[in-house]
Amino acid sequence: MQTGDVLPEQSYTVTRADLVRYAGASGDFNPIHWSDRVATSVGLPGVIAHGMFTMALAARALDTWAGAPGKVRELGCKFTKPVVVPDDDEGVVVRVSGTVANVTDAGVQVSLQVMCGEDKVLGMPRAVLGA
Amino acid sequence: MAVDSSLAGRAFPATEPYTVSVEKLREFAAATGSDFDGGTAPATFPIVVAFQAMTALMQDPEVGIELHRVVHGEQRFTYTRPVVAGDTLRAALTVDSLRQIGGADIIGTRSEITDADGLPVCTAYATLVHRSPAEEPADADR
Repeated sequence: MQTGDVLPEQSYTVTRADLVRYAGASGDFNPIHWSDRVATSVGLPGVIAHGMFTMALAARALDTWAGAPGKVRELGCKFTKPVVVPDDDEGVVVRVSGTVANVTDAGVQVSLQVMCGEDKVLGMPRAVLGA
Repeated sequence: MAVDSSLAGRAFPATEPYTVSVEKLREFAAATGSDFDGGTAPATFPIVVAFQAMTALMQDPEVGIELHRVVHGEQRFTYTRPVVAGDTLRAALTVDSLRQIGGADIIGTRSEITDADGLPVCTAYATLVHRSPAEEPADADR
């Protein structure tokens, strides 16, 4: 990877079933990730994906670009917008793209963009990949 | 209600040892659609251990956090090495910072995750936003 490289966009479909699986795997059973009733009671538009699930999709894209798991040395973001997941079979699409911001001895710095529709759902997502 | 203003700088005891199984990693990788080579954990897997440390903070009655008012504002991981199957991990949480913005408590936490030999594996930085009841719900997670 070289500075300025554009990394091919990765596109992931997220359904309610994915959120149930992630809740079980992560141990985060907050009902805003599975109950419309609870989600709307706290002012959300509906059931939303766990922020950490969306971040995991960003990590998945990094593994794809790096060609192997275990290369991520740093990963960080803010949780700026929710990913609202409808109760249907189509779900919603999260798109992860990246550009190589810098290459140093410390690793490859990647600036990410994580989108759902027109919204940037993660703020300032950044990663460093090891050699 | 604001949280205990003396919280900044407070260190919590390390969590109980958590042994990472192949089965658990396979489950986590499947849930996130990640490739799994049989040993190396997906990059965000340390949240499973860090979450235990954050739960201890959030459930401490002296701290004054109400769980359903907490949203996850920010998360960052720095890795010394990847987590692998067979690791036994503990997370020791320190509150790095505490500030108030518009009635919300912004709690900056750092969880040092170490292996069975006490060697560093990963540091998980989480910013927790504890909203006051009067505030409109933020459009953020959790």
